[in-house]
Amino acid sequence: MIFLKAFLVGGLICALAQFIMDKFKLVPIYITSLFVFLGAALDLFNAYDKLIEFSGAGASLPISSFGHSILHSALEKADEVGYIGILTGVFDLSAAGIAAAIIFAFFGALIFRPKG
Amino acid sequence: MWIFLQQKLFQKVKKETEIKRPILKNAARAFLVGGLICLLGQAILEILKLYLEKEMANAVMVTIMVFLGALLTCLGVYDKIGQFAGCGTIIPITGFANSMASAAIESKSEGVFLGIILNMFKLAGSVIVVGVLSAFVFGTLRYFIGI
Repeated sequence: MIFLKAFLVGGLICALAQFIMDKFKLVPIYITSLFVFLGAALDLFNAYDKLIEFSGAGASLPISSFGHSILHSALEKADEVGYIGILTGVFDLSAAGIAAAIIFAFFGALIFRPKG
Repeated sequence: MWIFLQQKLFQKVKKETEIKRPILKNAARAFLVGGLICLLGQAILEILKLYLEKEMANAVMVTIMVFLGALLTCLGVYDKIGQFAGCGTIIPITGFANSMASAAIESKSEGVFLGIILNMFKLAGSVIVVGVLSAFVFGTLRYFIGI
């Protein structure tokens, strides 16, 4: 059941992005930025947490979860150490994704040749 | 007057020749591929959950997906899927890995430092900047108002 939910929610988020992109004739970079912003906005009232709980990877793989996790870890840290936590905790949850992307992109670029 | 007419003609021709984007078809393709990527992520997550705690399993799953995205980009496969799926490959975290890996690999010819290292965040940087800015704004709101 969780597989079906992940497929549906993840697919719907992508379809929505595609719809907005086609409708307003945007470049992909606007879409990713918009969805990061939306993910952070949906963290208000804990809406995105509920979506992740409901659909697992369907909500945690799209880029909107990046905005959500960045805000979430900032607030978690802020609860611990005060307002400065907004700055110190900002990458706590998303660090794995960013670090992995840097490492794999670097070594991938070293090993492979550009295609096409 | 002549220029004005020419401009009108140009706009008319532009409108007629512009390719109409098949909105529904594109959305369906994005739905299918994006959904399948999330399904794969969920499957990996379920397997990892057998061995790891929940938060750790999530981090490892994201790392594996980023690895797959970067690898497929390096092999030239990801862009081919992207031509079919559009946002279905851009929106998932694999698209983030794709934007970094493709920026890195395309600027390889300029050298390791001036090429790969300098250009890696050319496309993906906007995501991080927007993320931090919105986290700052919404975080401040939530911290002081408490919504």
